[in-house]
Amino acid sequence: MATVRDKSVPEEPAPAARGDARRTELRMTDLRIPGRPGRLRRYEPTLIGVGSALMFLIVWQAVASARLVSPLFLPGPLDIVDAFVVLFAQGQIWNDIWVSGQEVVYGYGLAVLIALPLGLLMGWYRRLNYALDPFISFFYSTPRVALLPLLILWFGIGIWSKIAVVFLGSFFPVVINTIAGVRNLDAGLIKTSRSFGATDAQIFRTLALPGSVPFILAGLRLGVGHALIGVVVGELVAAQAGVGLMMAKAGATFQTAKVFAGLIIVAGTGIIITGILQRIEGRFQAWKPQNNT
Amino acid sequence: MEAGTGGHGARLRARDVTIHYWLERSNSAFLAVDGINLDVHEGELLSIVGPSGCGKSTFLNAVDGLLPISGGSLTLNGRAISGPGRDRAMAFQQPNLLPWRTVMGNVVYGLELQGRPMGEARKHAQHFIELVGLHGFADAYPSELSGGMQQRVNLARALAIDPQMLLLDEPFAALDAQTREFMQLELLRVWSETGKTAIFITHDIKEAVYLADRVVVFSARPGRVRQIYDIDLPRPRSLSIKREPHFLAYEDAIWGCIEEEVTAANEAARG
Repeated sequence: MATVRDKSVPEEPAPAARGDARRTELRMTDLRIPGRPGRLRRYEPTLIGVGSALMFLIVWQAVASARLVSPLFLPGPLDIVDAFVVLFAQGQIWNDIWVSGQEVVYGYGLAVLIALPLGLLMGWYRRLNYALDPFISFFYSTPRVALLPLLILWFGIGIWSKIAVVFLGSFFPVVINTIAGVRNLDAGLIKTSRSFGATDAQIFRTLALPGSVPFILAGLRLGVGHALIGVVVGELVAAQAGVGLMMAKAGATFQTAKVFAGLIIVAGTGIIITGILQRIEGRFQAWKPQNNT
Repeated sequence: MEAGTGGHGARLRARDVTIHYWLERSNSAFLAVDGINLDVHEGELLSIVGPSGCGKSTFLNAVDGLLPISGGSLTLNGRAISGPGRDRAMAFQQPNLLPWRTVMGNVVYGLELQGRPMGEARKHAQHFIELVGLHGFADAYPSELSGGMQQRVNLARALAIDPQMLLLDEPFAALDAQTREFMQLELLRVWSETGKTAIFITHDIKEAVYLADRVVVFSARPGRVRQIYDIDLPRPRSLSIKREPHFLAYEDAIWGCIEEEVTAANEAARG
């Protein structure tokens, strides 16, 4: 049997002939191998990215220092650093971050908690999808911040109106992506499972669920962006505390550097959360074909 | 030990089997298979060839239990087929591997659906991974494998549930010519080692003759059994047998039969 097998697996990569093995190994370092990253190549994206950002900051500071534009309109990066220091020294910002953070966490968390199972159900049960699709379509095509006047009317200017707008913002990307993920199931895979006698529940568990993970993660990532829009715009419109309110007040009193500081807090939060989610996405996609880009 | 009930193939008996499809576009029923009478013996490798669209895959799907028959009777070991079952396993033309599972995860899939304990299932699967010549690839993902290797996984997955009957729906059709030849050789080796009954659908006459004990020619649609050829070639068969006059004679005869079918069908279509 072993001899038959030896002859019959010609398509697997044959190991280099025994005599050549050592020589090949020795020369690996100076061989040109397409696709093998050079030493610097690996860090190239980071280096260029950081470099261009630094360049931008330097030019910005130069323009600001030259005082071509009044610092009232364009503070330099150093002014913003000063504003940061003052902001955190005063301590009020901690409460703002706490309030905004709560609004995002509750709104987003609640949205995910409901949108995920609902999306799975709607993707799986076609009739449920028929029944709920009009509502999803209506809300998804309405800019959610347009509902703020209503939400403030209903929930007041405390954190609940912001939780509501964050919820509405992040709910729909998650639900829609989850539905798409379940729907995206490959017909050939279903047929194969059926052929092995799989029940509906087994098909859901072994095909629909793992198959929709990439879609769900992308939806979660989109949802974060919408959540941040919701909280900031919500606080700009009406709030008692929060980073958005702080920015609105600073803007109204011409503390431009402080506005920038708030902007950086919001943007930084978005970058960090999105980065974490991207990490998770990458982890779930080990099976995807590698591409050399 | 792992091969379990190896050697006990199933007997299939088809009597006047008709199969209809519902065509959504024209909102009407379509007769795909019309009155198939066929016996598949225990441990036999039977090939079905025929013009494309002749209903051979449809018939195989019915044998697998994926499609209900609309008339006649289709029995396996004397019991009517009413749905997919453990006694049959299908390998489709597309490997249909779960892309997020490794080779091991895919081969174990059928056993997992049957609720076998995981530890035992994995040991069992490992045996079939090696049987199809994928030793050392258990942890590879499908995207890392060539088309031929993916089909090996597909075959191992079907074999792993230890069916009495193996249903192969053009499993090598998407492979390049060389890989395909070697896969045929491999299939014969695996088949002779496991002793399953097997039905092999193909549109490649050479492939059908090379593999089979008998070759069934289906007529153009709706599918009927047009002719059955006993392939009296010694086993084990090497690939070089394909150049022997005996082999070529079978190929010619079957090709002639199909050609008549196709011409007749074309003439019927014309008027």
